[in-house]
Amino acid sequence: MNTIFALAQVVIKELYRRKDFYVLFILTVLITLLMASASIFHDDKIVRYLKDICLLLIWISALVMAVGTAARQIPAERENRTIFPLLAKPVSRAQVIAGKFLGCWLASGMALVVFYLFLGLVCASREHEWHVFIYLQALWLQWVFLAVIIALVLFGSVIFAAPSSNATISIVVVISIWFLGSHLNTVALQQAEPMRSIIYTIYFLIPHLEWYDIRDLVVHNRPLVSGTICGLATLYGAAYTGVFLFATWLCFRRKPLN
Amino acid sequence: MNTILDIKDLRVEYRNRAIGQTTKLAVNGLNLSVQPGEVFGFLGPNGAGKTTTMNVLLGFVNATSGSASLFGVDVREPIARQRIGYLPELTYYYKFLTAEELLRFYAKVFGIPRAETEKRIDELIKLVELEPARKRPIKSYSKGMQQRVGLAQALINNPDLLILDEPTSGLDPIGRMKVREIIQRLKNDGKTVFFSSHELGEVETVCDRVAILHQGELKVEGRVDDLMQKYKANLEQIFLRIIGYQPVAVS
Repeated sequence: MNTIFALAQVVIKELYRRKDFYVLFILTVLITLLMASASIFHDDKIVRYLKDICLLLIWISALVMAVGTAARQIPAERENRTIFPLLAKPVSRAQVIAGKFLGCWLASGMALVVFYLFLGLVCASREHEWHVFIYLQALWLQWVFLAVIIALVLFGSVIFAAPSSNATISIVVVISIWFLGSHLNTVALQQAEPMRSIIYTIYFLIPHLEWYDIRDLVVHNRPLVSGTICGLATLYGAAYTGVFLFATWLCFRRKPLN
Repeated sequence: MNTILDIKDLRVEYRNRAIGQTTKLAVNGLNLSVQPGEVFGFLGPNGAGKTTTMNVLLGFVNATSGSASLFGVDVREPIARQRIGYLPELTYYYKFLTAEELLRFYAKVFGIPRAETEKRIDELIKLVELEPARKRPIKSYSKGMQQRVGLAQALINNPDLLILDEPTSGLDPIGRMKVREIIQRLKNDGKTVFFSSHELGEVETVCDRVAILHQGELKVEGRVDDLMQKYKANLEQIFLRIIGYQPVAVS
């Protein structure tokens, strides 16, 4: 475990020494504060729009950060050849994958905490109350969502050598799954066989990322999702994360590095 | 005496992905062993298969056939690398870390206790003369300084076997002298050093035994003194003769 944590620490250090997080956070703050200063439609419940915009920016920023960070980990190690002195130590390739995943996931989690604190502050200044539990639940589910994404992108990074192509392909795949995945069953019903079975198979194979997006509940101050459902969603996310990490290891374990 | 490094019938082929292309044979039937306390020079022209052999020893590339072991453990097992230090030909380190952070990271990987780590970092930073720059990011270092960080990371676990891939390549004469001194000091401490180099004068000075590889095959292996006596020539002349180099007459 020492090796995995050491690797994760390097990933976290890399993230906070790069400018990505700061740029995205400052952009989110500026856009949200700009929106907060305007009185659109003279609506008393303007805070809902504010929450909606801020959450959208948080989701975009977190996705960009997670994909960007995870996409460059293994390809950059290979490109900069830092993988050589690393693997010349008693480090297995499985530990490299686990360390990279943990580092990206923890770094994303830390960034999410900062973003949600900002969201909480902005909303509290308008609503004069703290909806702590719904923010915590939204943060947790988004963090589980990011675990699946990071594992998927790491898998892509052992297949596509260039970080930029991996990041682009991963973003397209994630957005397609996120927005179209939930409609596949409806599409399948309108198809004839064998297309129907094929689309249904895809529907059941892909991770349903839309389940982790509870922005509407946060925006409209709805009650919390039940603990059981939240727990099941966590297990579902953990299962997909495990599958993607295992696939990454299968592809990476015998890959010649020269 | 226990063999530290053992290679038996090693064969490495690289598959060419282009259609109609055959595989490239990088190493063919290599047998080699290194004993404790030896400084072993691994020589050969560019493309001879030296780096491929080192890559197999470090687990970066899998052998097509044959076997390789370090301290009696198959090189495919990560634990085989517990007692080795490796210095790559060029500096490949996380440039956003400082020298101290880099050494601390590698110490953690080896599971060295924290108190011992700090002591070891101080010793190594002093050894490679990087004290004034220890808290600066590696990206701000000169090439020579980066090579010295590399040497420090290779020694972090106080290894019994040091694998050095062209350790003096690209260094100025002072840097080369420093590396040679460190190798000599390691030899005096009873460490085993396995290194490749094109600096044959340097190899002649520090090595006990050498092996010359050409086109993936082992051409000569033996004690430096014995080879010089046998061929009645210095190492450079032996090397050129082995690889079949014909000097071109300049008019």
